[in-house]
Amino acid sequence: MSPIDAPVLQVRGLSKSFGTNQVLRGIDLDVPRGKVVALIGPSGSGKTTILRSLNGLETPDAGSVTVGASHTTADGSAGKDEPSGVEHNLPPLTLDFSATVSPREVAALRDRSAMVFQHYNLFPHMSVLQNVIEGPIRVQKRPRAKVIAEAERLLDRVGLLEKKDAHPFELSGGQQQRVGIVRALALKPQLLLFDEPTSALDPELVDDVLAVIKELADEGWTMVIVTHELAFARQTADEVVFMADGVVVERGPASQVLREPKEERTQQFVRRLLHEL
Amino acid sequence: MGFDLFWSSLGPLLLGAIQGTIPLALSSFILGLILALLVAMLRISRNKVANGVGQFYVSVIRGTPLLVQLFVIFYGLPAIGVKLDPWPSAIIAFSLNVGGYAAEVIRAAILSVPAGQWEAGHMIGMSRSQTLLCIILPQAARVSVPPLSNTFISLVKDTSLASLILVTEMFRVAQQVAAFSQEFMLLYLEAALIYWVICLALSTAQSQLEKRLDRYVAH
Repeated sequence: MSPIDAPVLQVRGLSKSFGTNQVLRGIDLDVPRGKVVALIGPSGSGKTTILRSLNGLETPDAGSVTVGASHTTADGSAGKDEPSGVEHNLPPLTLDFSATVSPREVAALRDRSAMVFQHYNLFPHMSVLQNVIEGPIRVQKRPRAKVIAEAERLLDRVGLLEKKDAHPFELSGGQQQRVGIVRALALKPQLLLFDEPTSALDPELVDDVLAVIKELADEGWTMVIVTHELAFARQTADEVVFMADGVVVERGPASQVLREPKEERTQQFVRRLLHEL
Repeated sequence: MGFDLFWSSLGPLLLGAIQGTIPLALSSFILGLILALLVAMLRISRNKVANGVGQFYVSVIRGTPLLVQLFVIFYGLPAIGVKLDPWPSAIIAFSLNVGGYAAEVIRAAILSVPAGQWEAGHMIGMSRSQTLLCIILPQAARVSVPPLSNTFISLVKDTSLASLILVTEMFRVAQQVAAFSQEFMLLYLEAALIYWVICLALSTAQSQLEKRLDRYVAH
């Protein structure tokens, strides 16, 4: 298998109920390395629950999640398409939710995936820079000077270096979300997760954030994005997965699912969202 | 005569405040806060037994008078062979008392921090205790300053109860001087004035602390 084809994420039979409400009914999902998958669907379809399960913020009742299939080349180095900053030294990890998952396994999952939240969830008592370096320094125990240099480079990339000593409340929503993205990148995850990253933003701030995500996609990061921005999904995602009522209704290349959906539910959903535009 | 006595008794009273009231309040408050933090941990724990223990403790402390708690420790415990001096008795009683009240304040403050903060802490890889310590408690601290200041100010005044178990704090000095001079009104008003001044200073300190902690929050 060429390094490019090895899936970074493999989800099998993921199921989850909240009380009597079954939100996930046996979800399968594959994300090849360097690819972007967009999860779309009406609210309550289970897409956010999948994403949260991939970061250990929800514990599914059944199914498995495998992250980081072996994707190094024969000489042990990473494939050349890998974006700089991905942690390569972690062995593949499988969490089987049919059995009890230990805190250590959840921690290992979080070593491999990082999340960007809908409401940013920056730490209000820390500066922008502290927000970014807290995980790498305190949890990952990486050398401070190196972490700071990397954090500053990442902040510079999203145009926020001069805000590094500011506190989150001094930033606009769009700026906060870009810090949220940098905080996730600084963890050097193999998998980036975005939970409706622009749905809490004022319309005029959406584009800046989407541009950053698009850039990361072009750079070769492996990403799963829950979004309502269909135009963005069409431009950025390699695959679009349409979900409803806890199942995958339709999946395929972004252009096909969004332009010529086969399933009636997908057609209705896409038509309604496009109509709103 | 009254004026002279006011000035001549001011020294002993202030000494009583400096050697009795203030150290008693301060040490009890610090110990009480540590205790309160532990009890708050029990109260937010998912373990039912731990939760029950915390709840029971808070219920007993809040449901019984402080004076009774003091008397049980100082006059009651010797009956089962535990003889404590006035000072340790007072510090234990006041710490336990603060622990009960502050535990609920801290618990509420922890619960007031949005769930997304826990999730963000976990997302960057922190354990539950790391998240609590580095992410949640600093934010909870801001919320709990006003109610904890209340607790501290009450405590400063409540230390006067220690005079009843023979601790030489300010109010006991006032009682002694009053008994000797028969000027009860003057001495007790003088003691009241000093308590008031101490509490005014604490209120000022509280506002400063609130301003400091509010730096990072939009209004």
